[in-house]
Amino acid sequence: MPLIKIVDLKKDYASEGVVTPVLRGLNFEIQRGEFVAIMGPSGSGKSTLMHILGFLDTLTTGQYFFDGQDVSTLDEDRLAEMRGKNVGFVFQAFNLLPRASSLENVILPLLYVKLSSAERIETGKKYLDSVGLSHRLNNTPGQLSGGEKQRVAIARALINEPEVIFADEPTGNLDSKSGLQVMKLLQGLNDHGHTIILVTHERYTADHAKRVLQIRDGVIVSDKKVDNRQIASENGELKK
Amino acid sequence: MNLLSNLSSALQIIGHNKVRSFLTMLGIIIGVMAVVVIMSVGAGAQSLILNQVKSLGSNLVGILPGKSDDKGPPASVFGIVVTTLRDEDRAELVNGQFKHIVAASSYVRGIVTATKDSNKTDTNFLGTSAEYPEVEDVTISEGRYFSADEQKDVARVAILGSSVVQSLFPDTDPIGKNIRIKKTNFEIIGVMKPRGQSGFQNQDNQIFVPLSTAQKLLLGIDYVNFMRVKIDSAENVDGTIEDIKSVLRVRHNISNPENDDFSVRSSNQGLAVLTQITNVLRFFLAAIAAISLLVGGLGIMNIMLAAVEERTKEIGLRKAVGATNRQIVMQFLVETVMITFLGGLIGIVVGSVISILVAYIATSYGYNWDLVITPFSIILGCVVSISIGLIFGISPAVRASRLNPIEALRYE
Repeated sequence: MPLIKIVDLKKDYASEGVVTPVLRGLNFEIQRGEFVAIMGPSGSGKSTLMHILGFLDTLTTGQYFFDGQDVSTLDEDRLAEMRGKNVGFVFQAFNLLPRASSLENVILPLLYVKLSSAERIETGKKYLDSVGLSHRLNNTPGQLSGGEKQRVAIARALINEPEVIFADEPTGNLDSKSGLQVMKLLQGLNDHGHTIILVTHERYTADHAKRVLQIRDGVIVSDKKVDNRQIASENGELKK
Repeated sequence: MNLLSNLSSALQIIGHNKVRSFLTMLGIIIGVMAVVVIMSVGAGAQSLILNQVKSLGSNLVGILPGKSDDKGPPASVFGIVVTTLRDEDRAELVNGQFKHIVAASSYVRGIVTATKDSNKTDTNFLGTSAEYPEVEDVTISEGRYFSADEQKDVARVAILGSSVVQSLFPDTDPIGKNIRIKKTNFEIIGVMKPRGQSGFQNQDNQIFVPLSTAQKLLLGIDYVNFMRVKIDSAENVDGTIEDIKSVLRVRHNISNPENDDFSVRSSNQGLAVLTQITNVLRFFLAAIAAISLLVGGLGIMNIMLAAVEERTKEIGLRKAVGATNRQIVMQFLVETVMITFLGGLIGIVVGSVISILVAYIATSYGYNWDLVITPFSIILGCVVSISIGLIFGISPAVRASRLNPIEALRYE
């Protein structure tokens, strides 16, 4: 069974009586363990697609099966539960709570599951360690570099052990070295079996994935395996 | 998310937003504090006025010259001199025909300068009947009060209030010495026990002389300013008032009560009028308190609304990581309740401390000021400011929680 199956997905935005179609009938499947880049210019609908796939937004018509379950029929609370359990997000703008420490930011998703606060802190430390930030536990986002912020965000996305990590332009606000470190992290997670869905408008970033879905004007224009996959190295240098 | 983690997360958020939390709290603190203090000061001031009347005793009856109806004060209160009341009227009351009358005293008063050698003091004098100490329950600390015979004989004797003693006899015992008042020598025969402030009048800055002496030598009048009659117990007051009225009507040749040239009041009647007046004062103060609550509430509202943008993004993020709408609203509820509750608590404590201080200072200046902190003021202050905090803290959160997470995250 595919992890994600999309059937004739359409999404319209209605604003002041004018209906603007954003996604015009998409069909595709994503299997467990894939690393898919959704690529397209701005306004192509790639972010909207990611939001729908990540249960942040709802579709207008069509069907979305996640692990065999029809998501379009779920109510708000079930969607919240799906977001908490099955997916993790990494945003371009990091979206960290500005006045909370790295640790507090990382354990935010755990506040909505039954755990003792000692367990939360323990888990939070483990995940911050896994992104190499065990020395930054008590720093607030303002005291972190862009790359460090995004690593905190990745740790936050991982902490619920989700099936899928969604990354929306995760390198967009980073210098190239920090960007490569983030890609390295994502590739490592994929090597360990996580499904990664990456949204980007850059060919180079998309080439770190294993498969690229190209979207233009709300339709898929190509769906290909990446032939010459970029592998980000530990120190941020390129390696083929 | 259970209540406990809600609480600890709320504490963290309050800690992270120290300035905002403090400003919100400040609005509530000031609102609650103002209500508690203002209501307490109002009640304290009322007690000050009423205690003064009560200190005269509930079994005292006052007789004032001039007619008045039950509600308004008699003319003499406004400084109009009415000369219809004489000490002979008093004699009729205490000749034994009324068994409930214990004692009665006539009063005249004025202001004089008293001298002793080079010492000089401006002071009030009170000309009274010899029964004055019995009527008003006052104590002579040294010497004695004058006798009925001395009163009748226009004796030149005086009893000094304690602060007059300090001015005229700083180092010596005054008993047996003479002072001069209006070119007449008075022999000091007694000193009053200090009585402190009664209302706005210092009762210790007084000289007591026989009524006849005051009338003839100091004032040159033959009427009295007022009388006080002591009744044996409070339940006989009303009946005795009627007896007094009929005696005075006979003596003054009045057949129709409409034409009374005197008024007889118990202190309870005065108390009722004063309570009415001071209740208006308290109501007025409560209105001021309400305004300060409103101002505090507006402050809270402003701060809460200013925080909406930032919080909306936070709500979007929390929803993106799995929070349900109910959990979001719950979190804001706990957070806001904590801020407002803490603020309310601090407001009550600060307000009470200020009220206690005011009462303490007033008491130490000799005013008979009761410390009254009404539960009503505490409840009013808390209910109003906490509900403002809740409404303006939670309604934006409820609105934001209904947005889909991505809209909330993008909120600018």
